[in-house]
Amino acid sequence: MQLTDLTMLELAAKLAAGEASSEEATRASLARIQQVDPKVRAFLRVDEAGALAAARASDARRKSGSPASALDGVPLGLKDIFLTEGVETTAGSRILEGFVPPYDATVVRLLKEAGLPLVGKLNMDEFAMGSSNESSAFFPSHNPWDVSRTPGGSSGGSAAAVAAREVFGALGTDTGGSIRQPAALTNTVGLKPTYGRVSRFGVIAFASSLDQPGPMTRTVADAAALLQVIARPDAQDATSADAPVPDYSADLEAGVRGLKLGVPREYFTEGMDPEVEAAVREALREYERLGATLVDVSLPHTKYALATYYLIAPAEASSNLARYDGVRFGLRAKDARSLRDVYALTREQGFGAEVKRRIMLGTFALSSGYYDAHYLRAQKVRTLIREDFTRAFQQVDALLSPTSPVPAFKLGEKVEDPLSMYLMDIYTLPCNLAGLPGLSVPCGFTKAGLPVGLQILGRPFDEAGLLRIARAYEREHDFFRRSAPL
Amino acid sequence: MPVSDFQPVIGLEVHAQLLTQSKIFCGCSTAFGAEPNRNTCPVCLGMPGVLPVLNQRVAEFAVRTGLALECTIRPTSVWSRKNYFYPDLPKGYQITQFDQPICEHGRLVIDTPQGEKAIRILRIHMEEDAGKSVHDAGGGQSLVDLNRAGVPLLEIVSQPDLRDADEAVEYLKAMRDVLVYLGVNDGNLEEGSFRCDANVSVMPKGSTTFGQRCELKNLNSFRFLKQAIEYEIARQVDVIESGGKVVQETRLWDVNKGVTRSMRSKEEAHDYRYFPEPDLPPLHVSAEAIAAAAKALPELPRAKLQRFTSQYGLPAYDARILTAERPLADYFEACAGHYKDYKKLSNWFLGELMRLLKEEGTPLSALRFTPAQLGELLGAVDQGMVSANAGKDVLGEMFRTGKAPADIIAEKGLAQVSDTGAIEAVVDDILAKNAGEIEKYRAGKKQVFGFFVGQVMRAMKGKGNPALVNELLKKKLGD
Repeated sequence: MQLTDLTMLELAAKLAAGEASSEEATRASLARIQQVDPKVRAFLRVDEAGALAAARASDARRKSGSPASALDGVPLGLKDIFLTEGVETTAGSRILEGFVPPYDATVVRLLKEAGLPLVGKLNMDEFAMGSSNESSAFFPSHNPWDVSRTPGGSSGGSAAAVAAREVFGALGTDTGGSIRQPAALTNTVGLKPTYGRVSRFGVIAFASSLDQPGPMTRTVADAAALLQVIARPDAQDATSADAPVPDYSADLEAGVRGLKLGVPREYFTEGMDPEVEAAVREALREYERLGATLVDVSLPHTKYALATYYLIAPAEASSNLARYDGVRFGLRAKDARSLRDVYALTREQGFGAEVKRRIMLGTFALSSGYYDAHYLRAQKVRTLIREDFTRAFQQVDALLSPTSPVPAFKLGEKVEDPLSMYLMDIYTLPCNLAGLPGLSVPCGFTKAGLPVGLQILGRPFDEAGLLRIARAYEREHDFFRRSAPL
Repeated sequence: MPVSDFQPVIGLEVHAQLLTQSKIFCGCSTAFGAEPNRNTCPVCLGMPGVLPVLNQRVAEFAVRTGLALECTIRPTSVWSRKNYFYPDLPKGYQITQFDQPICEHGRLVIDTPQGEKAIRILRIHMEEDAGKSVHDAGGGQSLVDLNRAGVPLLEIVSQPDLRDADEAVEYLKAMRDVLVYLGVNDGNLEEGSFRCDANVSVMPKGSTTFGQRCELKNLNSFRFLKQAIEYEIARQVDVIESGGKVVQETRLWDVNKGVTRSMRSKEEAHDYRYFPEPDLPPLHVSAEAIAAAAKALPELPRAKLQRFTSQYGLPAYDARILTAERPLADYFEACAGHYKDYKKLSNWFLGELMRLLKEEGTPLSALRFTPAQLGELLGAVDQGMVSANAGKDVLGEMFRTGKAPADIIAEKGLAQVSDTGAIEAVVDDILAKNAGEIEKYRAGKKQVFGFFVGQVMRAMKGKGNPALVNELLKKKLGD
């Protein structure tokens, strides 16, 4: 067994016992990257020097008996959407190529303070707009379980790196499913916390009212431990929540006996892959065996979620991305001769097709004369979707569904068909619209060996409940022990 | 129809920079005059990933202003994004308030030749200022200074209740007085920390339907405001008279040519794509906070002016000058506690004190003498201990050194001679030396009297009590 086969907590235990050093773990991670990343292509950039320096500092703390946290010394990867001081950050876009941030995102600072070496920046769909990593301006990442397929998106690089055991864990962001869907497609755990639970400061914005950073790990316990480091109120994020942060690991093993788990009718519809449905239904039966009661529930406005999302998210994005104008940082078109050119050519050359599509969609939705019919109406429907969940959670403790309607698809398969790509997020995006926590946990494989994910949605700030429910299943089915055929 | 047959209709939009120490959404300094781009950080530079956090002082200032202008304060107001591209707008949008501003439905009373008039305030909202573009930097380049980006502004929008340029100027002055009194703005039109745009239209007298309006910009003095509005009224009347139609547009006041010229038409106007700012929760202001702010409101310029005329019996002219700035009014009241001839006190304020302040460039806050000492000096003048003229010298000395008036009078030997015997001796001496002049006086040339007064005062080095000198001279000359 190699060091890289360990989970975060297993490695943390070894570090605590003095059986391994952070430098060894970090070097193992870097070696694994060198070995498999040419096939996986999860990393946009590896910060070997920075990671090793952090690892050595961790080992020194350990030696002096004052580790910074339970995860001190555990190497991690970051989606390239988190600003890292002194380390180039691009959000997968040409327009930010060469941009070296002058400050750390709050979560990056928290990870550094907790002593986790950060080995590099992970590939993503450009500005997190996509479900396959193919909108990355640089290259697509590959699914370690079948390198001809996508690892999902937009946090596809993060999921692929964790699944390929290049890093022990990673941070992603989730705007409409960007943590959960790639987790489902790569046999990893992905947790999107409640909106406001984790600071967005220093996270490059896609859609401000939907974006939320979260952990991507191999196990549920790792996700709990990583969330523990990053979940806290932040005075630099006015949308961050004041709610108290519980001990996410305390009730992890408490099981599901007596819990009521809702199965939303609208999440088991046509278009779902039969093998995905079979795996998820089998997981539902497992929960019954474990003592939970399944309850049929309805979320009647689910059918409007996709349309609602594709008005609100692009609207916010069209405004958030206005700052990429060639004036202060990132790309400036070299051939620009006038102010208008600086804008038009920089943005023409700097943004990819999907980003342009969404900027145009959003600009249209906010335009005078169209605002009421599009943006404003979408906000009203968003309220209805939120109320669906509020009603459901009066009956049940959590909701269970597939994470993605299909397993990992072939790279190139949906690139020419944006609508079919948008449908990949149909089960994940209502949760973002409602601001709820959601988690994807591995629940098996298709005959072809492709991972399937089970989605668990919960009440606001009930991340602990989701982790406990996920762990109850994981304890019976340790799919995370399987390694991808690389 | 001549211009006099048209009724102008005017509304003003005032932009006032708030006197907070730091910017509206980050901790950067708002100090004016720093090296370009010195007062910036990732937040006000609009770097990727940054988020705004409201400076609570901005909301406090807005509430204070709203209450002073008799507005309703919204318990919940909402931030919006106003989207447009410009190099001095780092994020590509301005964070402002749109359909749910913090204050609404207020009024400001002004004086007009027809008497008092209340101008209704439509709304007041908070927003961030943009940076500054410098286009004549040389080398064909434009430069951007973002020190001002994120400085907090209040936008105060009036209803179109103003009817001529003079009313507009009166309104803007009254508004400036209120904001300066509240301590929320420095009232500096030239530096642009207090700015205004004017919406101007004309309609035939008697009509109730407003004409098409134009928005005037670049009005950075009261004089320009008046000139631009008057020019614009005449221009619009000309357009209508010659059979044309006024088109809605934004026009720039050209200071050099004294004309307004078109900047952009309605068709070229931006579609700002306002939508609620997702990075900032709505702003809640509690009833308690509003009540506390109302309680803490200072006396406003207009109320103070009225009180100065009634309580101190001052002419409106005096009261207006004394209340124009709060520190001066406060100082006057402090002095009035020590000296009860208020009109005389006002004369000294309007004359000597203001001259000294202006000449020495000293702020009131740096005055070296106390109100009690000023009262003492004026008392000494009244009692004839020192002449009015010498009193001015004493005040100058107090101003420069902070010494007590009695000490200065003693040191400089400025005490007035009111000893009848001493004056009489000098009078006798002068009369004895000027027999010829006495003849002229007695022959009816009464102006010679002044000559005698002058001679006596000169002999006494100006220290003779003028009333006594006069009295004795008249007695001796046999009047």
